[in-house]
Amino acid sequence: MSQDKSRGFLGGIKDSIPIALGYLSVSFGFGIMAVSNGLSVFAAVLISMTNLTSAGQVAGLTVIASNGGIIEMAIAQLVINLRYSLMSLSLSQKLDGGFTKLSRLAVSFGITDEIFAVASGKPEEVSKQYMAGLISLPWVGWATGTLIGGAAGEVLPEKLKAALGIAIYGMFVAIFVPAARKALGVLVVVIIAVAASCIMRYVPLFDGISEGFAIIICTILAAAAGALFFPIKTEEGGGGQ
Amino acid sequence: MTARLLCYILVMAGVTYLVRMLPLMVFRRKIKSRFAQSFLYYVPYAVLGAMTIPAVFYATGHTISAAVGLAAAFVLAFFGRSLIVVALTASGAAFIAELFIV
Repeated sequence: MSQDKSRGFLGGIKDSIPIALGYLSVSFGFGIMAVSNGLSVFAAVLISMTNLTSAGQVAGLTVIASNGGIIEMAIAQLVINLRYSLMSLSLSQKLDGGFTKLSRLAVSFGITDEIFAVASGKPEEVSKQYMAGLISLPWVGWATGTLIGGAAGEVLPEKLKAALGIAIYGMFVAIFVPAARKALGVLVVVIIAVAASCIMRYVPLFDGISEGFAIIICTILAAAAGALFFPIKTEEGGGGQ
Repeated sequence: MTARLLCYILVMAGVTYLVRMLPLMVFRRKIKSRFAQSFLYYVPYAVLGAMTIPAVFYATGHTISAAVGLAAAFVLAFFGRSLIVVALTASGAAFIAELFIV
């Protein structure tokens, strides 16, 4: 039955094609960004293969480029990627009976915003084969895009490279602008975060704060304000507006 | 690759993995606190906003081309275009600006 196919490995692969294509183009931007910050192509690909997350990797790159502390790196990753905990939590209710401890350990590596979104959108419980398919192709796309971007970063003309470096910010905009348009709470959170980030950058008083910590502070400030003044509805399923 | 860089990457990967793995392995129940749920819901938007502005204005080397790219991204994102379309159009707009304006 086609129903069974759509729930297996190939079904996961099929559902992941749009994600993989998106990752391929966006991680291209990350590769360029990493190389222009002085990292080798190998290091850039290694980061993508072991992290699989855009915001965390860009923040990590910021910490590396500014020669920040290891603790700073750990806290930045913790705060920025904390949302994955919520997704993991939510996804844990959706895994079918075929999951062993080992397959849970493996699947948790591949939880990203997009993969989580697709998995939670499935009407039925998801199998470990399906999740394996859903994660593999985007992972390959993410690593390959970084490789091509990093390698191209060394040969592309300066103007083109500069223009492609903005791609990853384009993706960020594509995530927060539509959400801010739909929900006032998100709009306010984004405005607070942007305002705080500009203040940290331009007000001399905050010169001593490294860029990594600045992102952490802005995030906590804005998300806490959002939670305080625009608490989300907490029906079944959490998250969502 | 230096030892320090390897150390950075290990910490990045390790923390990111633990954040994803622990809730899936340890907790089986949902977070009850409305504040915590709301906070986690808003975190991605706060992070992305803080990381995009003002950093994006330094991404191309010229503030003008970056602003053009960012404006293009805002317009397309506002009308709900997909991630790839928005990202590539931002690049394209910034490239054209680099060619003609800068």
